Amino acid sequence: MSFLWFLIRRVLTGIVVLWVVATGTFFLFFARPVQTVAHQLAGRTATPEVIQSVINQLGLNQPIMTQYWRFLDRLLHGNLGYSFFTQQSVNTMIKQDLPPTASLVIGGVILWLIAGLGVGIISATRARSLFDRASTVAVLIGLSMPVFVVGSLLLLAVYVPLNQHGFTWVQAGYAGPSQGLGVWTGHMLLPWISLAVVQAAVYTRLMRGQLLTTLGEDYIRTARAKGLSERRVIFRHGVRAALTPVVSQLGIDVGQLLGGVVVIEVVFGLQGLGQVAVNAITQDDLPVIIGFVLVAAAFVVVANIVVDMVYAILDPRVRIA
Amino acid sequence: MSITELNWQAQTVEDLAGRTIEGRSQWQLTWRRLRRDKVSMASLAVIIAMILLAIFAPAFASLVHHPANTAYPIAGESAAGQPVAPGTNGFWLGTDDTGRDLMVRVFYGARISLFVGIVTTAIATVAGVAIGLIAGYFGGIVDTILARFTDAVLAFPYVVLALALAVVFGPSLTIIIAVISFFSWAGIARIVRGQTLSLKEKEYIEAARSIGAGPFRIMFVDILPNLLAPVLVLATLYIPSAVVFESTLSFLGLGIQPPTASWGNMLAAAQNFYQTAWWFVLFPALALLITTLAFNLLGDGIRDAMDPTTERLLAARRKARRGGAQ
Amino acid sequence: MTEQAAADSRDVLLRVDNLVKYFPVRTAGFIQRTVGHVQAVDGVSLTIARGTTLGLVGETGSGKSTLARCIAGLIPATSGKVFFDGKDITNLPRRRMAPFRRDIQMIFQDPYGSLNPRRRVGAIIGDPFAVHKTVPAGERKRKVQDLMERVGLNPEHYNRFPAEFSGGQRQRIGVARALALQPKLIICDEPVSALDVSIQAQVLNLLADLQQDYGLTYLFIAHDLEVVRHVSVSVNVMYLGRICEAGPKNPVYETPRHPYTAALLSAAASADPEAAAARQRIILTGDIPSPIDPPSGCRFHPRCPKAQELCGIEEPPLEGKAGDAATHLTACHFPVAAGEKLATAGRREQA
Repeated sequence: MSFLWFLIRRVLTGIVVLWVVATGTFFLFFARPVQTVAHQLAGRTATPEVIQSVINQLGLNQPIMTQYWRFLDRLLHGNLGYSFFTQQSVNTMIKQDLPPTASLVIGGVILWLIAGLGVGIISATRARSLFDRASTVAVLIGLSMPVFVVGSLLLLAVYVPLNQHGFTWVQAGYAGPSQGLGVWTGHMLLPWISLAVVQAAVYTRLMRGQLLTTLGEDYIRTARAKGLSERRVIFRHGVRAALTPVVSQLGIDVGQLLGGVVVIEVVFGLQGLGQVAVNAITQDDLPVIIGFVLVAAAFVVVANIVVDMVYAILDPRVRIA
Repeated sequence: MSITELNWQAQTVEDLAGRTIEGRSQWQLTWRRLRRDKVSMASLAVIIAMILLAIFAPAFASLVHHPANTAYPIAGESAAGQPVAPGTNGFWLGTDDTGRDLMVRVFYGARISLFVGIVTTAIATVAGVAIGLIAGYFGGIVDTILARFTDAVLAFPYVVLALALAVVFGPSLTIIIAVISFFSWAGIARIVRGQTLSLKEKEYIEAARSIGAGPFRIMFVDILPNLLAPVLVLATLYIPSAVVFESTLSFLGLGIQPPTASWGNMLAAAQNFYQTAWWFVLFPALALLITTLAFNLLGDGIRDAMDPTTERLLAARRKARRGGAQ
Repeated sequence: MTEQAAADSRDVLLRVDNLVKYFPVRTAGFIQRTVGHVQAVDGVSLTIARGTTLGLVGETGSGKSTLARCIAGLIPATSGKVFFDGKDITNLPRRRMAPFRRDIQMIFQDPYGSLNPRRRVGAIIGDPFAVHKTVPAGERKRKVQDLMERVGLNPEHYNRFPAEFSGGQRQRIGVARALALQPKLIICDEPVSALDVSIQAQVLNLLADLQQDYGLTYLFIAHDLEVVRHVSVSVNVMYLGRICEAGPKNPVYETPRHPYTAALLSAAASADPEAAAARQRIILTGDIPSPIDPPSGCRFHPRCPKAQELCGIEEPPLEGKAGDAATHLTACHFPVAAGEKLATAGRREQA
């Protein structure tokens, strides 16, 4: 019962947050002198007539609150507006560009969780071994790399030489899973690695630190003394305790994920949400930008709610608060 | 002389009142431990070298007679208009897409990156410490407001907002510094707030209040010195994130605009040259990598030097376990 | 004038009038509700005569530290009044309290926690000078060194950090800090409880010397009865937020009237083996009840060997009992008579 209340409260908070973001975004873009807005929308080389027609078309002359209500009204009907350049509905654009981003995110998250947590667990259980030292160095390097540097270097060191020598499995650009798993992986492998390297480093260090501390606790010694197999001790007890900070971190990272995704899409030429957003920015295509911001915010809110749910399952104390 | 005085290699300071004996401060001890850590010392050397390169970039440019923003269509480009490889025609690291000296531009890029990194971290640290201190010390409604605000900033996907701001105001150095600082202070504030909350309960703070010290005096004279250690580590680790943030923004076209050299926008321009000019991709990437790695290693090293107990504790535990599990 | 005569002459420096301090107990969560109160101090009145030492004794949880902090103005009192030198200093805002802070100082219990580890000792002792701006920076050092000498520290250690001193020396640093502004009243909150016994004696002697030299008044809080007897002129015994017995030390120690006092005294270690053997042991069963839900009537009645029905209903007033000195007050319906032997107490049900 308290779980349900918890969920309801979180969803309500999420809706409020989304409303705040939508309002903030709207006012950020449109609450400027009409001429500035119109000029920006019409393009750098627009003549005054063009600017005037843009103003009329979009109703920029109307009081700001009228514009705001219309904006909200459209939003609540699920309409995110139309791109200035392609005249496409933003909804359509987003639906189109979702698959690459989704592939990237899902594959990347799975990869970094497995790699990061796996290396972290092994490092902790074999502390100070060669593996551990090597992984510590790798972690530090991984943490230091900007994502686009990893992507660029991977392209340089893997994609180019392989293709030059005729191994064309690894490709840039996007191909969906519908074109065959092999093809899909070939295209997505380098992007996944780029995303995962930096993130895995964070999780390795987190898991290793937590696990080391937990394994030093007395109740672990008790478990061992009871005769539990080492594997059970590590996983049932040690890892379980170390999971909560990992989930916490995941919550934060999911929110920030959009940043890394954008960059990777640009580097590897995946026409995903991120790349489309960047294009829209360079073209001053406001409706697309706004649509992207809102979708991103919605994504963060939903992801945070999910993470909170998982957290509440792991740690019942949270539900009462 | 008592035994305690004999053990301390005291530095005596002459003074009007006679001899006084200096105690070893935490900073001196930390520095001594840090000095012994070779990795940290190497990182520090790299950072200093990078700073020097950045400062003397113009000098280097005149040395090779290649100003940073000057293109050399003849000497700097091949017949097909491609960049030339390192070592040709006096270009030590080759040229970029418009025939400019790559090495010079990498050094100029260092100026941008280090400047942005250090300035934004300085701003973020001052703001973060101030807000964290105030929120933690005063508690109550002040803390609630500040803490929630901090959490909101922390959770916000900064790239999205950075993009939006770049659209609205146009990309510029000031915007970048403002944006990066705005998103960096929150992490520092949260940690400072946590530390302040626990330090506030210590008896010496109560003692300070009983003397009659006001809240601001207590915050800055009593609490702050106890915070400097973790704040220093944090700041050292925030510099590389600021550098990464700036280069990411520049890479996306939202940061430093060409022709000004930034490692980020150089890498963006290099996107088309993977197969034809590997040096154009490699050297800015390496520069970024080395800089961030050095700061991260140094930050880690400082953290370890400040708290040597964790390692010793772990080692003792392991020894005990190994010895007992025989 | 004997110490006792001075106490009796009613030149009162500190007067506490029915002080109450409750801490609210709140539920967790964003909107908090108060579900109860920790009744830490529940109506305490006392006076301290100028130049004397009042000893305040009680177990952990009796509320003595809370009381001290209310008097010092570190915690706001829920109700009641504190008068210092005739002036009402209860819950004064910080600015109005500032001049009194020079006259009322505190020495803390924990020699390790009461000094800021990141500051040099000279700065710590000189803090009062800086805060109240009484001594210009140039002269501060010399004054601090004078203080250090006065408390038995080497003035050349001015620049050292607290970590470089032993526990006893740190308490001396605390004493020096408290002395800096030449206060009238020093509240000593268990100043020697954390020290080794041999060091305790040194610090106590120091405090006694200082009292004599500077005419200081002390509120001395402790849980060790022998220590309190050594330093005090008058003694108050506290239990669960209330004073149960108060008076000049000799009557209280030799003829305790409150069963709790008697029990405490019986448990105190004695250096004389014959006296120890001759002493009757009164063993109190049970633990101190929670201050959130204290017993009704006399708070001690669940553990009292003499408790009767009245004790659970009506709270006994603090008043003089027949045959006692005028200043010896006891809060008990059935005080211990002279020569009475108390049996081992069983736990009685609350009335």
